[in-house]
Order: sequence, then structure tokens, then C-alpha cells
Amino acid sequence: MKPVAFAYHRPRTLQEALERLHSEPDCKVLAGGQSLVPLMNFRLSRPGALVDINDVEGLDRVETTDAGIRIGALVRHQVLSDHPLIREVHPVLAEAASHVGHWAIRNRGTLGGSLAHADPAAELPAAMVALDATFELASVHGVREVPARSFFLGYLMTDLQPDELLVAVHVPRSEGRAFGFAEFARRRGDFALAGAFAEVSEGGAGAVTWFGVSGGPERCELTFPEDAAAREAAFTALVEAFDPGEDAPYRRHLAVLAAERAYQQAVGRRG
Amino acid sequence: MMSEVQTKTTVRVRLNVNGAVHELDVEPRWLLSDVLRHQLGLTGTHVGCEQGVCGACTVLVDGKPERSCLMFAVQAEGHEVTTIEGLTPADGLSPLQEAFQEHHALQCGFCTPGMVVTAAALLRDRPNPTEEEVREALSGNVCRCTGYQFIVDAVLAAAKEGRS
Repeated sequence: MKPVAFAYHRPRTLQEALERLHSEPDCKVLAGGQSLVPLMNFRLSRPGALVDINDVEGLDRVETTDAGIRIGALVRHQVLSDHPLIREVHPVLAEAASHVGHWAIRNRGTLGGSLAHADPAAELPAAMVALDATFELASVHGVREVPARSFFLGYLMTDLQPDELLVAVHVPRSEGRAFGFAEFARRRGDFALAGAFAEVSEGGAGAVTWFGVSGGPERCELTFPEDAAAREAAFTALVEAFDPGEDAPYRRHLAVLAAERAYQQAVGRRG
Repeated sequence: MMSEVQTKTTVRVRLNVNGAVHELDVEPRWLLSDVLRHQLGLTGTHVGCEQGVCGACTVLVDGKPERSCLMFAVQAEGHEVTTIEGLTPADGLSPLQEAFQEHHALQCGFCTPGMVVTAAALLRDRPNPTEEEVREALSGNVCRCTGYQFIVDAVLAAAKEGRS
């Protein structure tokens, strides 16, 4: 099928984009379009207008800040995966980005788009929750900063308002914490059946952030038992709380395995 | 291009496709894949799933493989688009295409343009890819005939002989 007709706007400045989002009813942001355009092609989404932000200057930068790194919303998944600064500061984020879709999808899909779309099986929303990122949401009224941990409200639902644009994310440095990542999908590039980020600090304290097993990223703090069987029991108890929908027992099983692999990777990174 | 476009009206765009500039009137909702096929007659770009999964519509945008079914033609203005026609010599086949032929890397041929476009970009970036890298690069292109083995063979053979 083909999309319904819409008005198309291609602003060059952030201000112009925000004014359009504020003034135009029934308006959606078009970034990489790798989730929005399929929905439009199947007419599941019928926005009256699109604001194409691909030409907006300054949204595709990766910069060092005092607290960590600031990543622009228009940074493509392939850039996120290959970027030397991200690979150095947060290798787990680069690795997670390399699991988003396939090469052609990663070349166009954007960080901001994935976060705003909030697919529960997507890697990057969970990565932001695991890394305790903060999102910069801009509108004509100004900028508000929202922690990733309160941004995702449920299945495809976020705190982003219709006239707001996610312009950048701030990811703090790991500061003594080590992170690991693992996921299971039917084929590389497919949406995850279950995946996990592990965060390990001194003394085994830390957290697991799961994705693909619930309506959104699920972060659970715990002290990782040193004994493997005890860890498995701890993960199993935690994932019992999630409703993955189809194939629930199998996917909870995968969630436990993903947590263990992510934990092992994090421990390996601690050295 | 105008910064404001009304619903159901066409807009004039200049598209750079295979090195030639075309001035076209397009509706904003028209997909790049459809404009390539219907307005420009470049029917080598195939349209399978229209949801970015099958990879048959893959073209190069500024040299990078992208889905032409997940991009509106108006968005291609200011960018260089390369289709399978642009990767094919005026006479005969490219060495990569010849390798596909030699290795029986196609049966029905529906996925082939997307496969060749993606593989050509891979070999440009990585002239000597491992089998795993070839499989990873082509993992976003679905083939229902070959079982992929002969496609991987063809790309590796083209790489080995230093051709793409």
C-alpha cells in the first residue's frame, strides 16, 4: 500500500521545526523514517503533515561534555556503532547499535527516532535506561530535560509531547561501573525475543535492564550472586514479573540467559 | 524546493539519479522506489514488502545502501541516488554481476538487484570481506530461492578476483 497524502515541511533550523510542530495540527516528525514510513505505507499511521528534520543543522553531532557524551538525535545507528568516541566511552552502546536492524536500516535510522518510537523490543531505549541517560526535549516553550528512566511509559508510549522534539541525549560516563550487553533474535537484525544490559559495580552491586520482555525497558537493581546457580535463580525470580506476551516461558528463559551473558561481558570489562 | 507543500499537490524536485539530474513533479507521499520505477523507468529497483524487510528496493544514497521504499522521493533532493542500473555497464555486466551469473547466485532474480547493490557497497568498503562479513552485510536482503550459499560464494569470488 501507499501512504495517504500529507503536507511536507523540511525546515533547516531547529526554531523553524519547533514552530511547525507547535502550529500544525496532526503533525509527525520524520527523521530516519525506518519505523514511521512502514506504518504510513500500511496506513496504520496517517499524519496530516510531516516535519522532516533531516536538514536541521546541529542535530547529528557527537560531543564530549563535562559529565560524559552528548549525542544528537539525528545520529544514525551505523554512526553510533562505528563512532570512536562512543566505542571508547560506552562500547556497550556501540555494540547495541550494531544490533539494530540491518545495514541499510542502520544507515538511515536515527537514535532520536528509535527512542521516540519506543518499540519494547528495541535496543536503544533500554541502553539509555541502563546508562542513565537524560533526554533533551525542545519545544517553542523551551527545553526540558527528562531522565530516560521516566521517559518510557509503556508500549510505544513516551513522555514526549506532540509539539516537542527530542534533540539530543546526554550519556554520563560509567564511573567505576562496567556494562555488558546480550540479546537473542531469530536472525541478526530482527527484533529481539529478549535482551539485557548488565551493570556491575564494586562488590557485585548493579542492575539488569531487560528489553523485549515487557511493554518497555525494565531495570532491576540487584547484587549479583557470585555463584552461577544463585545468579540464575535471581534472574529467574526477576523475569517472572514480566509479561512478554507470545511464548512467555521461552522468552523469560532467553531473558535469563541474556542477563547472564551480559553479566559475564560486564565482569570481563571490569578485568 | 518550497519549504511548504500542501496536501495532494505536487512539488518540483531535482533528483540526481545515476549521475543524471531529473526535474520531476512528485507528490510528497510518493516513495522513492515508486518514483524511480514509474517516473524514471528504472525498474531494476524491485518493490517487495514496502516495509523495509525484504531489501529488494535497496539503492545507494550518497553511496550508502538504504531502502528506497522507506524514503519519500522529495527527501532524495540534494543527495546522490545510485540504482542497479547505475552499477551496470552500458554493455554487458559488471564483474560482480558476472560472478552472480557464474555462481548461480540467482534463480527468480527478484532479490538480485538489492543483493548486488548491497554487495557492491560492501566490496567498495571492504575489498576482502570474510564470509561472516558478507553474510552480515546481506542479512537485510531476503532471497527465497537460493538458500544464500551461492550468493555468498559469488560475492567472495568477486572479492577474491579484486572486482566489484
